[in-house]
Amino acid sequence: MSVAERPVVQEARRIMEVCNACRYCEGFCAVFPAMEMRRSFTTGDLEYLANLCHNCTACFHACQYAPPHEFDINNSRVMARLRAGTYEKYAWPGSFARLFRRNGTVISVATAMATALLLMLALTVQGKDIVLSLHQGGGSFYSVVPYRLMLGVPLVMVILATVVTVVGLVRFARGTGWNVKQLLDPELMWLAARNVLTLRYLGGSGDGCNYEDDTYSHKRRWYHQILFYGFGLCVLSTTAAAVYEHFLHWQAPYPITSFPVVTGTLGGVGILLGSAGLFWLKVKRDPRPQAESLLGMDVAFSGLLFLTSLSGLLLLSLRETRAMGVLLVLHLGFVAGFFITLPYGKFVHAVYRFAALVRFADEKRRNHPGNGIF
Amino acid sequence: MIDITRNYDVLVVGGGNAALCAAISARKAGATVLIMEYAPREFRGGNSRHTRNLRCAHDGPTEFLKGSYPEEKFFNDLLNITDGNTHEKLARLMIRDSVDAPAWMYDHGVRFQHIQGTLGLAHSNPFFIGGGRALLNAFYNVARRLGVKVLYNSEVLELEIEDGTFRSAVVRSRGFTHKVQAKSVVIASGGFQADIDWLKEAWGEVAENFIIRGTPYNRGRMLKDLIARGAEIVGDPRQCHAVAIDARSPRFDAGIVTRLDCLPFSIVVNKDAERFYDEGEDFWPKRYAIWGRLVADQPDQVAFSIIDSRSIDLFMPSLFRPFRADSIRELGRLLALDPLRLERTVRDFNEAVRPGNFNKDELDDCATVSLEPPKTHWARPLDKPPFYAYPLRPGITFTYLAVKVDECARVVMQDSSPAENIFAAGEIMAGNILGQGYMAGMGMTIGTVFGRIAGKEAAGYVCR
Repeated sequence: MSVAERPVVQEARRIMEVCNACRYCEGFCAVFPAMEMRRSFTTGDLEYLANLCHNCTACFHACQYAPPHEFDINNSRVMARLRAGTYEKYAWPGSFARLFRRNGTVISVATAMATALLLMLALTVQGKDIVLSLHQGGGSFYSVVPYRLMLGVPLVMVILATVVTVVGLVRFARGTGWNVKQLLDPELMWLAARNVLTLRYLGGSGDGCNYEDDTYSHKRRWYHQILFYGFGLCVLSTTAAAVYEHFLHWQAPYPITSFPVVTGTLGGVGILLGSAGLFWLKVKRDPRPQAESLLGMDVAFSGLLFLTSLSGLLLLSLRETRAMGVLLVLHLGFVAGFFITLPYGKFVHAVYRFAALVRFADEKRRNHPGNGIF
Repeated sequence: MIDITRNYDVLVVGGGNAALCAAISARKAGATVLIMEYAPREFRGGNSRHTRNLRCAHDGPTEFLKGSYPEEKFFNDLLNITDGNTHEKLARLMIRDSVDAPAWMYDHGVRFQHIQGTLGLAHSNPFFIGGGRALLNAFYNVARRLGVKVLYNSEVLELEIEDGTFRSAVVRSRGFTHKVQAKSVVIASGGFQADIDWLKEAWGEVAENFIIRGTPYNRGRMLKDLIARGAEIVGDPRQCHAVAIDARSPRFDAGIVTRLDCLPFSIVVNKDAERFYDEGEDFWPKRYAIWGRLVADQPDQVAFSIIDSRSIDLFMPSLFRPFRADSIRELGRLLALDPLRLERTVRDFNEAVRPGNFNKDELDDCATVSLEPPKTHWARPLDKPPFYAYPLRPGITFTYLAVKVDECARVVMQDSSPAENIFAAGEIMAGNILGQGYMAGMGMTIGTVFGRIAGKEAAGYVCR
């Protein structure tokens, strides 16, 4: 593909060359040590660095060359723009790449359509009486949405989303000039996973990252991890419920004290708090080191997570009432929207960033053999 | 809204490391403090914005420093680089007080990098994470929380001093000229390096070819004012921290990225294509600060560092890409040097190189024989194309002409009596310690130590 290099790539290269002559920020995160292992930057190198960047913006606030300085160094912003470019560039199939443009609209419309479709199906196929009447006890959900549908459709969607995401990941790893096999090295995976589990690179030099201004705070790290672990608990809850249902033949809804309900509730609350917190920080953040064009993608993703979680929690609390049918359909609609758009939205940041962290661990090990811990 | 009609306890002139150390110390000692920073907020902090570390004595390894750097070693290094041109009492005071400087900085929000080898400073200089601007952000945030008032875009024009006592300052701020009263003043407004006319007074027209590495706001206004009002002056107006930097740098404020570390692996020629100094005299961190003056002494204040492809990866990359050519003659043409003379200089050098074991991390045995000037280490023939060249100019970091201070950081007047409520810290008094020469991190050490003393003493004067 020999098209002229995009301006964002040129700007990222210019900035990395200035940064590589300065290196004052090397203590903040992984981007700068990775940069220092190079003297020149291919497009692939820059795309890798862009995904290693967590947008903590510490390098912007510490930069002696940040605008209005004539060098106009705004690394956080160019990394964000380039990162978004990689989501689009490595999306599979390629013709779907455009879904990353105006991503906020795409996600909103897809989710609205999924929800509306489900609601219409429920109302026409099952009929208004079934959807709006009172259902209680084991199997009540399935009187509104049949069991096979509730298990089958999400399963197919999850498998599809996984395949598409993995293909994107391989395309990203190859396209940025890296050996995909390294992704499966357990030691490297563990090193990267540790960084993910602690979100180390929003920790900065120990005091957190910048967000609103040049003061440091752990708020964003906390909100992200509450969301992250909340999401994990919800996945756990759903998996457990599927096992109960399919293998143990215990029919949902489960009692309040059951494992799926407890983990799902905790997880749901985590998602609510985390996504609301992240949204609030986005409203307050310093716009200068940000790529505002990405706001739609970010807000759509956290908004969708928020609505999914909210509808789930409402369903839990109102499942003994007539609202259950509609809430169930709404909740499933949001879940469907989430999984349909999964490979074409903000979720991919988790995948590409993980790959970048594995690659960083790999490079670090090569450059400092015997120094696996860093 | 900041009330400048109020009579503050301490007025701090300047907004860099020394000024903030003074302001925070004074505030913590109970004084009300107003900072007048000439630069806008984005460029606050003078040359501290471009710094990265400070030099400090310590007895044992710490989280951020290897081994030890005893006070005596620090003092001997200082004697060495200044050629004895220092004030022993002040120097020893600075070195003693440098011991707890990193801990004090840490307590006020500055974070340090874990040990690494850059510039071979791991024994003596802890590095600020994010560099000087991150340090300034931390200090300004602490100052704000403590209630220190800061005015940006505010230049102090002159001081009103009666019988050696400071009364008020004339200030231009927010479009108007005001008189600001304060019970004492700390002057931490930097050197005069950004005033090219003043540099010309000292250096002659050659100063037109100097590049100012740091802030354009250090114009020496306070220094000039204090001289006019009878402060005693130490140092030579030509003495300064000057290094050879890339000639393509902007005139001001390019900071660290235009420095060049390739010189020890190169030959350096002037515009006549002649070598003029031993490029391999010693390790670069020990020699970088003499090259600004060496280049300043060459015709048109320009020189060229020339290497071949053997050495291109041996040093830190810098902002501008080197000139590149497949032959020395072609390189000469690119640089607008006489290509034949350059070729001859390189040939003479190559023929004088004695074979040895090249090792960039040691004072190796690669040297020239019977060549004038010699290259005593890291001499390898330049014969592997492509060839590269970086153009050099003198880059001035800061000037050493200073107001004399005593151990309380009080400004000493011409009758040798210290002014009771006028204090100075940072570049404006660095010449007390640095008569000449430079070693990494000294500017920040002087600023931190004397800033803290000045702040404490200024508050002490008020609360007495």
